[in-house]
Amino acid sequence: MSAADSEKPRKFRAAKRMREIMTEYYIEAKGAGSTGKKVAWITSGGPVEPLIAMDVIPVYPENYGAMIGASHMGGDLCAKAEAMGYSTDLCSYARADIACARENGGPIGGLPKPDMLICCNNICGTVLKWYETHARYFDVPLFIFDTPFCHTEFPDIARKYVHRQLDEYVAFLEEACGRPFDLEKSSEVGRRSLEGQRLWQEVLDTAAHRPAPMTAFDAFFFLALIVTLRGTQVVVDFYRELLSEMRERIEQGVWAIPNERFRLLWDNLPVWYRLKWLSDTFASHDACLVADTYTTAWCGSMKYIDENDFFGSMAEAYTRIYLNIGVDEMAKTIFSMIDKYQVDGLVMHSNRSCKPYSFGQYDIMRMVQEEKGIPCMIIESHMTDERSFSESQTLTRIEAFMEMIRQRKGLRS
Amino acid sequence: MITAGIDIGSITAKAAVVEDGNVLGTKVIFTGYNVETAARKVYGELLAELGLPADAVERVVATGYGRNGVPFADKAMTEIICHAAGAHHLMPEVRTVIDIGGQDSKAMAVDHKGAVRDFVMNDKCAAGTGRFLEVMARALEVNLDDFGNQSLLAPAPAKISSICTVFAESEVISLISRGEPRENIIAGIHDAVAARVYAMAQRIKADPPIMMTGGVAKNQGVVKALERRFGSPISTHELAQVNGAIGAAVLASGI
Repeated sequence: MSAADSEKPRKFRAAKRMREIMTEYYIEAKGAGSTGKKVAWITSGGPVEPLIAMDVIPVYPENYGAMIGASHMGGDLCAKAEAMGYSTDLCSYARADIACARENGGPIGGLPKPDMLICCNNICGTVLKWYETHARYFDVPLFIFDTPFCHTEFPDIARKYVHRQLDEYVAFLEEACGRPFDLEKSSEVGRRSLEGQRLWQEVLDTAAHRPAPMTAFDAFFFLALIVTLRGTQVVVDFYRELLSEMRERIEQGVWAIPNERFRLLWDNLPVWYRLKWLSDTFASHDACLVADTYTTAWCGSMKYIDENDFFGSMAEAYTRIYLNIGVDEMAKTIFSMIDKYQVDGLVMHSNRSCKPYSFGQYDIMRMVQEEKGIPCMIIESHMTDERSFSESQTLTRIEAFMEMIRQRKGLRS
Repeated sequence: MITAGIDIGSITAKAAVVEDGNVLGTKVIFTGYNVETAARKVYGELLAELGLPADAVERVVATGYGRNGVPFADKAMTEIICHAAGAHHLMPEVRTVIDIGGQDSKAMAVDHKGAVRDFVMNDKCAAGTGRFLEVMARALEVNLDDFGNQSLLAPAPAKISSICTVFAESEVISLISRGEPRENIIAGIHDAVAARVYAMAQRIKADPPIMMTGGVAKNQGVVKALERRFGSPISTHELAQVNGAIGAAVLASGI
């Protein structure tokens, strides 16, 4: 044990504020029945801005899935879904959420009932069947926003196809809400969405500093707002505050890992029920997970957004997100992150729940080793089903990985 | 300098004592329920056999899944780095190490200094491990020590297609009930293990020379099946089972 082990990392001021915002958000959503506001359940990568513009409260079963995982309720809920007939191979978010919808058993007493469902398949194909199940069960309208897979580029025909669906989306919302879509308001929402994404990227960028003021585990926590409430002013204000706290940490020399020696990049969703264990395990090796591909996905397609025409350009931005592009494109993103954050190794979570994310990881790993020459490791689990995690196996892999990195750097193991 | 390595595996506990690169002695016992008891026992018995007092040993490194349960060790290191170091010590030209132990299997790419360049481990499933072979030996009522040699006599290996231990066992039972000769079934089982380990090893650059370590290296049936898959000879060593402990002892001199 070094002296640094006893130094407790300083808590983020913004964490308290974020909990307040999330609590207010869920209280408002759960009270929608009495305020007359509509609730829409939407997929995590779905175009939320039109909902915000229509004053509809977006609710995210996937954000809820993360809460279920972090509160160690995933295993039981997944088992309930399995008893209903769902396969153990199915996404653990889907299993846990479907079980919750039927039983109201999860955290915060379940999600508020939806008035409509918005399903965008830019993140996976599972969401289609998942939302169809919900549509039948709740007997509410479902809008499917279909984004073709972009191996390398976004052809005109795809642009037209997605664009036309945006018009249909607006018509769907007008019908569901019984009032016209406000274009002026929607461009204001778009402007705030882009501003929120810019600020989130800047927050993540602060970890490029050596040593880093934050880790990917912090990013997993602070991510919730850019996912759930992007397009609102509260998100813009919050990330501005968080950014200034990160900068303050850099000025004052407050580091996430006090003796940061190794910098790692994380790929895929977190293992929600093992955040603390993973964070402590890497920290015990003075290793800082400085960045991850997951939280970056909510600001990764900003380059396609035209700030003067958010709604016109969002077809492309929502189609070309990280999970909807080819393996070569994903590898390019990882290469640039390795350079930007000066990474010593890549930790890949082979997540049985998320097929589009995990498919291709072994190829990407080989490409990273050839192109960047850094070691890579694989952790296997389901992100929200703790029954699928083997602690001793994962520990052996992490320790061997850290030994390998030390050996490569010529340090004594 | 005299150093020791203790390798606590899921089935057996191994100890090795090394003096300036020479292996003075090794010992293997069953791990049983208590890791610390097994560690003290295997180490104590080895020191007694060698006539060495405990204070003659300068440093002890523990490895294996029970590595953190050995309180008298100076350091715990993973079996991955220890198997690589052990294999390099026994055969310096080795570039790939395949270790099949009781509960896991792994492949390591090793550089000219014995450092791990890359590694890959099986997932949580028991297929492709020593445990799988144990379950199968029990189903076939064959002593595990005879398992390897019996398969070498097989005229036509049976096909075991399931990769899951539980499903493979029921497949084996249906082969038995169909009257398939035992040797053929055993050869089929070895081939199934080899297929799985080979596929896993493809994820790293598995360059020859290849060495196999761990308890399953004693099984010639698996070694031959792996040689057919890799298309190259696979070396084993009489100390293959205690290779991890030897590696731990070798690394202990450098910490």
